[in-house]
Amino acid sequence: MHIAVCIKYIPDPEAAFSQFSIDEQAKKVVPAPGLRHVVSPFDEQAIEAALRVREQHAGARITVITLGNEASRNALKHGLAMGADDGVLLMDPAFDDGDGYTTTLALSAAIRKLATVDLVLTGRQAADGDAGIVGAGIGEELNLPVLTFAKAVVMEGAAASVVRVERVLDDGTEIVEADLPALVTVSNELGAPRAPSLRETMRAARKPMVVWKAADLELDVATLGAAGARTARERIFVPSKAVQCEFIEAATPEEQGARLAARLREAKVL
Amino acid sequence: MSVLIAIELTGEKPSNASLELLALARTLANGNPVVALSLGADVGLTETLIARGADKVVLGARETFTDINSDVWATCATDAARKHGATLVLAPHTPFGADIAPRLAFRLNAACATGCVSIDRQDGALLCTRAAHGGNVREVLRMKARVTVATLRAGVYDALPADTTRKGEGIILTEPPPSRIRVLERKRDAAEGVRLEDAKVIVAGGRGLGGAEGFKVLEPLAHALGGVVGASRVPCDLNWCSHAMQIGLTGKTVTPELYIAVGISGASHHLAGCGNAKTIIAINTDKDAAIFREARFGVTGDFAKVVPALTAAIRALPKDL
Repeated sequence: MHIAVCIKYIPDPEAAFSQFSIDEQAKKVVPAPGLRHVVSPFDEQAIEAALRVREQHAGARITVITLGNEASRNALKHGLAMGADDGVLLMDPAFDDGDGYTTTLALSAAIRKLATVDLVLTGRQAADGDAGIVGAGIGEELNLPVLTFAKAVVMEGAAASVVRVERVLDDGTEIVEADLPALVTVSNELGAPRAPSLRETMRAARKPMVVWKAADLELDVATLGAAGARTARERIFVPSKAVQCEFIEAATPEEQGARLAARLREAKVL
Repeated sequence: MSVLIAIELTGEKPSNASLELLALARTLANGNPVVALSLGADVGLTETLIARGADKVVLGARETFTDINSDVWATCATDAARKHGATLVLAPHTPFGADIAPRLAFRLNAACATGCVSIDRQDGALLCTRAAHGGNVREVLRMKARVTVATLRAGVYDALPADTTRKGEGIILTEPPPSRIRVLERKRDAAEGVRLEDAKVIVAGGRGLGGAEGFKVLEPLAHALGGVVGASRVPCDLNWCSHAMQIGLTGKTVTPELYIAVGISGASHHLAGCGNAKTIIAINTDKDAAIFREARFGVTGDFAKVVPALTAAIRALPKDL
């Protein structure tokens, strides 16, 4: 079994937003210099899901793929240190300033080039753009059944020919399955990803990592990056807040509670 | 432009978020048809949807569409968009809509924007404004393809009042398309009264509650206010409460009149789900917590003492103003 996990390397989404600034000219969110980058947490959980599948089916090969720049090698290294077997970095100026659509084309072409992939895993959305387009998009581009928002991923059938997923819904969950090959997007409900062990981190340094350019993927550069994007960012801004908080002060917490109720009635909130 | 709306059902009724999309579609359609698609619905829903703003209703009756899943939805919505010439396809930004939207976009060669807070037309192009970076920023996207697929957050537009004099066309789908995925089981959380999305009052708990026991302190307060209890992501991930209670970027979007945030720091990914509440009240031990920047009233103190006192005082208030 061959599992491909698509991951994105992003500025730490848990960092305070004061660590970011807005470049209105470039229409970009700019992280402070030195702010640490991480594998987008949902994508890290997708790697975790792949590792759990491999625990169930020894011998499964896990390939981590990312589209990015030199620094994005760190994302692949993290995946390899968690236990993935090999990494693919898609890096080409032609990929720059694309959108979810062009990223999907490139990642799909890479998975096609790998040729043997049975299961594609992604996070439910990247924790920077929060769009959630690329995962399901890869499924469409490769004509695979798509199962989204997984909190559990297991293989079924004698030859592990079926993927079964518990999906997170608004009001509960559902168990769904599809024949392989298939694509699954992973949600935070999957649980915490494992930390890389020292042993795996040492081994990771020797695991193969390849770099593919647009030409390696036989993609027309006119369909990629800014040229191929179907959306263009017009503007980016921080929404304004105009609320002034009125703090309820009193000698004891009990009095604070009582005073808050009285104040809410005065202000006609209750 | 002709607009197609994927109508999500809550029980047997269209969800509020879906009705809000009908209202938005009427403003964007500019005289072209607004087409509503509903699967697994009672055929009587056709009249309801027309009264709420649809010109055509494409409906897969629940008698024939017995096993609906996201694959069936993606196929039916693609077919309906093509057949009715829709150049804008809208779905609510819920797990339902967020699941099908990107798939429709690829099938329809469309541009896609998810989690939008507004859609406007400017010089013939559509501009979608959406939250990104955990709700900290808004980006305005110009949609460059002929067709646009978008999901919208709840509570941004007002649904139209039902107008039973409106006329429209009903189209019944004869059979469901084949599906590549199989639904084996649905586990619904026991519905306890009002849904978070429909609640007028929500009392939500966060990491500051310290454990599942903390939620027991919130329940009487919610009860006294006729509201329901919700949560931020941390207590859900720690299994202090059900994941169905999660409010935020990857949980539910809620728009209550009153939102009482207890032990919630106010991370932007949480605020992305509750920022449209009319009045936010925050109770937190940390006076510098971000939630106080969103709140109209704040209490810095131990929730375990403040909340029971607040509950008792609310119960003691005279019923009428």
